[in-house]
Amino acid sequence: MTRTFTTLAAAALAAGLIAAPALAEPRSDVIVGMAIEPTGLDPTAAAPVAIGQVVWKNLFEGLTTVNENGDIAPQLAEAWHVSDDGLTYTFKLREGVTFHNGKPFTAETAKYSIDRIIADDSVNPQKVLYSAIETVEAPDAHTLVLTLSRPAYDLLYWLGFPAAVMVEPDSEATNATDPVGTGPFEFGEWKKGNQVTLTRNPNYWGEKPALETVTFRFIADAQAQAAALTSGGVDAIPEFAAPELVSTFETNDAFKVVPGTTGMEVVAGMNNAKPPFDDRRVRRALMMAIDRQAIIDATNSGYGTPIGSHFSPSDAGYEDLTGVLPYDPEQAKALLAEAGYGDGLQFTIKAPNRGYAERAAEIMQAYFAQIGVTATIESSEFPAKWLQDVFKDTNYDMTIIGHAEPLDIGIYARDPYYFNYDNPDFDATMTAIADATSAEERLAGYKKAQEILAEDVPALFLYAWPKIGVWNADLEGLWVNEPVPSNDMTGVHWSK
Amino acid sequence: MQTRPAVRRIAGNLVFLAASLLAVSFIIFAVMAAVPGDPAEIMLGTSAAPDTLAALRSELGLDQPFLLRYGDWLAGLMHGDLGLSYTYSTPVAALIGERLAVTLPLAGYAVALSLAIALPLGVFAGQRPGGPVDIVATFFSQIGIAVPGFWIGLLLILGVALTLGWFPTGGFPGWQAGFLPAITALTLPAIALAIPQAAVLTRVTRTAVIEVAREDFVRTARAKGASRMRALWRHVVPNALIPVVTMLGMQISVLMAGTVLVENVFTLPGLGTLAYQALAQRDLIVIQNVALLFAVIVMGLNFAVDTLYAVIDPRLKATR
Repeated sequence: MTRTFTTLAAAALAAGLIAAPALAEPRSDVIVGMAIEPTGLDPTAAAPVAIGQVVWKNLFEGLTTVNENGDIAPQLAEAWHVSDDGLTYTFKLREGVTFHNGKPFTAETAKYSIDRIIADDSVNPQKVLYSAIETVEAPDAHTLVLTLSRPAYDLLYWLGFPAAVMVEPDSEATNATDPVGTGPFEFGEWKKGNQVTLTRNPNYWGEKPALETVTFRFIADAQAQAAALTSGGVDAIPEFAAPELVSTFETNDAFKVVPGTTGMEVVAGMNNAKPPFDDRRVRRALMMAIDRQAIIDATNSGYGTPIGSHFSPSDAGYEDLTGVLPYDPEQAKALLAEAGYGDGLQFTIKAPNRGYAERAAEIMQAYFAQIGVTATIESSEFPAKWLQDVFKDTNYDMTIIGHAEPLDIGIYARDPYYFNYDNPDFDATMTAIADATSAEERLAGYKKAQEILAEDVPALFLYAWPKIGVWNADLEGLWVNEPVPSNDMTGVHWSK
Repeated sequence: MQTRPAVRRIAGNLVFLAASLLAVSFIIFAVMAAVPGDPAEIMLGTSAAPDTLAALRSELGLDQPFLLRYGDWLAGLMHGDLGLSYTYSTPVAALIGERLAVTLPLAGYAVALSLAIALPLGVFAGQRPGGPVDIVATFFSQIGIAVPGFWIGLLLILGVALTLGWFPTGGFPGWQAGFLPAITALTLPAIALAIPQAAVLTRVTRTAVIEVAREDFVRTARAKGASRMRALWRHVVPNALIPVVTMLGMQISVLMAGTVLVENVFTLPGLGTLAYQALAQRDLIVIQNVALLFAVIVMGLNFAVDTLYAVIDPRLKATR
């Protein structure tokens, strides 16, 4: 590490000495590579994470926001007050904010945006997260009051999420193709199948971004991503798709490789309603049969963080619980025998046709074989077929999938949900989190929730998806971690 | 007198073409309706509540009966209204129009390249079987047939684009950026598409030239004093073109399928990438229209090839 750093520093210094006179002005544009093109640019109308990765914080802003550490932070709301019973949220809204079309942002606009989310005919993909909101009032131009039907402290988190960004009423119908927000960048142009360009918003209420233009280029193929980086076709790939090609950039001084974590947890979900997975001992045995690091090595060239519960290191309040059920095949065998499966066990893993899931399935199959468990792998086309079979019909034994939704530990309390997991203790913990009226209380609740799942393993917790950032060595300010799918370009700048 | 059977034949072909397209449209629609995967569910993701899903399904018209939806699509097609993409929220016609501006030039470029390689190579190989040109041609066609286009594409990116730097590794600047940048971006993908096709065409041309050269009329021409070259260009090549054109017509569907993979390798915003994305997202309205368009292109070109025979080979005018 130190040597690499010294070399880098020396190279940077040398390059700086040579280049300094010629390049007095740093560049003011950046081209960012992404694997998936968003489908529409309105995060309040469709779920795909690629939408948020282009528009969230850049074009659109919310009342609150989630920062790089996964904490809740103010944005269009400067401050808020939660009533003692946890049912009234009063927001003080920022003054002097205008949308890109020149219309002012007021409490009325905020009321409009939130009413739209909770409306009966709303097609907001995350509507369920805001279901506690009963009424929205705007007593004056800069005050917004939300009245809830039940406590929901996480609401502050979800109000900072892409699905709850503030929209200007006149632009509602066209936001998917011509988005209008309050963010530091304005929409420029979308060449479908190719790129989206954003330009600096001269009237931004906050600190103006250093960049004048940001271009998001969509390159699905991992090899092509590497080629685009090498040839200078893109300056940065915040989520590089080919971990096996990272080493070529690690040894190249022109690039920085920045490993971080995302809010996506890769888990092997089990049908908890169905034998043998309704037996906790079996689930624990299967967890102990697996070496998580081996899966990470094989699927992601070692990038990724082993997890012991459904929480990611990028989430605020994360606890490392991988020690609860560590890799221990002997103990696993003993547990299986105790559960009455000493002679073995057979089931099917329905793996979505995604590289990471298929490779993980094969390795898990080998680990299971070591404790006398026979797993058959069945491929399932993702997303369409998988959503139908596994997610909707829960017609499966075990599957492997990355849960990309931020802070989604609450899915284990949902009914129905494809795990078919039912634990009143866990449900009560989630209710306690909702009832919280302070950040400390909320985080304490999440700590307990993580611990329950680590012991109970309704799904085998494998690893937190890595965010392998590869970018030009002169580029600064990109996020290392990604608690919410995003490419916040506000603070990005060229060092020379 | 001579033209009447040809006109009748073309008219008959046109009716057959229209009927086939109608049948194809129904098959495409039925298959897409039967394939698992609810577009609304994919758009809304795993957090969506049932009432949100219902709201979106009704907004997209997915709650309508099958035949009504099919009828709506056909009625729209008649008016040139292809509908609104679920995921892009943009008119499908405009979406397809933008993509055709990439895929058609790419396919045309590839065909031109493959003919430019295959015709001279095949003719000279056929003219002297076993000669040096023939050995090169045989080697080329064997490799070219064996290797898929997208893999050639990857090799070109690694071996040409990255080392020489003359061509971009992918992406498309758009025609508004100027002819030269656009055509430069299409060159490597066109080569990747052209090589497998040129390989097949080289082989067909070579065989045809060898066979035609054995025919009596060529021997007669030679006996009457035509030089070897004159016999080749005046008598052999025109007749050898018939199987080449036939093969070219058959290859068009292979070429269109090849664009899907090659466009993805080079991240070109063409019809192929659109189809690929739409399929993954179950953007049914886009897939239906793109699939139908592929069918129109393939069937239309086959029709054109069929008609072309009559021009190349007068014998076919009288028969059938």
